[in-house]
Amino acid sequence: MKELMIGNAAVARGLYEAGVEVVSSYPGTPSTEITEFAATYNDIYCEWAPNEKVAMETAFGASLRGVRAACAMKHVGLNVAADPLFTLSYTGVTGGLVVCVADDPGMHSSQNEQDSRHYAIAAKVPMLEPADSAECKEFAKLAFDISEQFDTPCLLRMCTRIAHAQSVVETGERIVPEKKSYEKNPQKFIMAPANAIRRHPFVEERTAKLVEYAETSPVNRIEMGDTKIGIIATGACYQYCKEVFGEGASILKIGMVNPLPVQKIRDFAAKVEKLYVVEELDGVIESHCKNIGVEVIGKEMFTPLGEFSQKSIAEAFGLPAKETVTADTQIPVRPPVMCSGCPHRGMFYILSKNKITVLGDIGCYTLGSAAPLTALDSTLCMGASISGLHGFAKAAQGEADHNTVCVIGDSTFMHSGMTGLANIAYNGSKATVIILDNSITGMTGHQQNPTTGYNIKGDPATKINLEALCHSLGINRVRVVDPYNLEETEKAVKEELAADEASVIISRRPCVLLKYVKPKKPVFVDPDKCRSCKRCMKLGCPSIHIGADGKAAIDTTLCVGCGVCEQLCPFGAIGHEESTMAELPPAQCVGK
Amino acid sequence: METKGIVICGVGGQGSLLASKLLGKVLVNEGYDIKVSEVHGMSQRGGSVITYVRYGEKVYSPVVQSGEADFVISFERIEAARYAHLLRKGGIIITNTQRIDPMPVIIGAAEYPENILDELTAKGVQIEAMDALSLAQQAGSVKAVNIVLMGQLAKHFHIGYEKWIAAIEQTVKPQFVEMNKKAFELGYHFGE
Repeated sequence: MKELMIGNAAVARGLYEAGVEVVSSYPGTPSTEITEFAATYNDIYCEWAPNEKVAMETAFGASLRGVRAACAMKHVGLNVAADPLFTLSYTGVTGGLVVCVADDPGMHSSQNEQDSRHYAIAAKVPMLEPADSAECKEFAKLAFDISEQFDTPCLLRMCTRIAHAQSVVETGERIVPEKKSYEKNPQKFIMAPANAIRRHPFVEERTAKLVEYAETSPVNRIEMGDTKIGIIATGACYQYCKEVFGEGASILKIGMVNPLPVQKIRDFAAKVEKLYVVEELDGVIESHCKNIGVEVIGKEMFTPLGEFSQKSIAEAFGLPAKETVTADTQIPVRPPVMCSGCPHRGMFYILSKNKITVLGDIGCYTLGSAAPLTALDSTLCMGASISGLHGFAKAAQGEADHNTVCVIGDSTFMHSGMTGLANIAYNGSKATVIILDNSITGMTGHQQNPTTGYNIKGDPATKINLEALCHSLGINRVRVVDPYNLEETEKAVKEELAADEASVIISRRPCVLLKYVKPKKPVFVDPDKCRSCKRCMKLGCPSIHIGADGKAAIDTTLCVGCGVCEQLCPFGAIGHEESTMAELPPAQCVGK
Repeated sequence: METKGIVICGVGGQGSLLASKLLGKVLVNEGYDIKVSEVHGMSQRGGSVITYVRYGEKVYSPVVQSGEADFVISFERIEAARYAHLLRKGGIIITNTQRIDPMPVIIGAAEYPENILDELTAKGVQIEAMDALSLAQQAGSVKAVNIVLMGQLAKHFHIGYEKWIAAIEQTVKPQFVEMNKKAFELGYHFGE
């Protein structure tokens, strides 16, 4: 059957058809849908793990027991899971083990632009890279065959434009390999020095065998066209090059990006007049070519920054640009914003108002850094807010204890905030940690986590109690506030900052986009009472704007009635009482 | 045939993913090769969002670049102008006239360019502007702006009306089928 699927759904289909039994992942754009779609197949056990390291180790355990297993993560997630990956390279597998990792060239939703191919090289494991949804499915299956044939975990590298692009996929049947019985094998699986030292030669021999495979496998294919231009490309770049040149160039399409073939590249180079490597991010293939003595043009012509496209590649080759029309008037940018009714807004307003230094973390709340709230001072990686605050406080020698906090989401806290909090308790800083508990993993599109009380299927699960957890990690002062209540929130922040010991404030209110959260009636501005003081504008709420009359107005199609602006208005001009504004149809209220 | 390009743009949360899903369904049913490129994650939160649809005999790239789009479908006025450069010569903008202020305008750091569509028209761009929000409300939900615009787009295709309706039935949840059919109809007959 032919279906239009995003690349991530096609990977999930590949996992299903390959007979995968266990999938454990942590969400992260652009990898999240792999696991979400995998969870729609009842034959696969799927779960959200607290972080990528736990996910990969869970997949390892399943492989050890003899079944095919997978995990999925974004590029920076592989940093977290790097520890098990490097030694899994030594142990190899029992059941096939595939690690899906999604890079984000162009940083659509990421904090950096790292190239995960370096991990494949450093850990000495094979890595496949598909170029459309059909290949996503086929390569996911092939990755298991390679994993088992060569006794290695196999990486499947995705990029945003493959992961989130839909194309046609032909679906097939699920075939589950025969279950292996568990046999103890300490020489292979106990990586103490005496055993590991014997496994390292195996890893080197395996790489040599994988290179042989790369020379002959159709996963790396040559498409001969005009021989004036030869191009080596992978993934989305292959598609862009085909778009630009069609038969007007010869292409070596690399499907296995590690290890790379040697002879195949030399043979291809010999057939073309000039050879180019078109690759996003780092010059990985280019370096390989230069190492094996093949002359190529690479990063001197193609930037290491951002995403490519047919346009950028045509430009690099000096081809004429297509005719186009643009407006001369400047169009204001439209950055992402915290939603109307976002529970983080009330807390950020209080922090901003009191000029508190705030170490931030990874999640929707990173948007609190934008104007007008500008509430954040740093965002580094998952969990760094808490550990960073500890270091900041130690360095400040007491001067930061009463004016500096950190903010971290519920899911991020479970991911890698707990160890930082343990450090605060153990090594005694007087930090105030704010957990923005919106009862979901928000930015990636609403995934459950250990604090929500539900699992990936939406079935009830053990709900970890954040208050008890923080207490048990050695924090005595733990309190819960509702960020919709500004007075209560401000009181809590001031009191905990004043305290002479470490504390945790749990700012608790479910994400307003959750299905079970029913929006309240929108609030209205009474234009007779509004005195244009613009205090409500300090919230950065997308529902509030200043109208042509200079008075505040609320877009009733967006407002969810959270009431935070109502608490701010010193003239009582905002309320649920309908006024003249309410009589206008919403369309006319918008932006006028 | 040469590969065709359609751009669907708007403000995160306005339902561009459903519009591209419907369009994809129709084009797959017609037997075209097709690629649709979306961006998920951070930009969904009220930011400017764009989806590319390309179809033809054999489609390689999943993205539409400057001068390659036959249609720009926009859910908001200035978003239409933001992506107008993607239109090829003779291409058409179909846009909702709704104004949604971006944060720089809300906080007074930038002006909303009220007459941006007139400026593009003066430059020879063909624009079909409609109050899709009111039509969506008429159909039963402000969320149906996406399907109203799809109705207007459908007029430019030689694909039977009933095939679009069939695709709606295959794409949206059963409880929303009637409302979306109504929205599609209102968009389709707009301006007649």
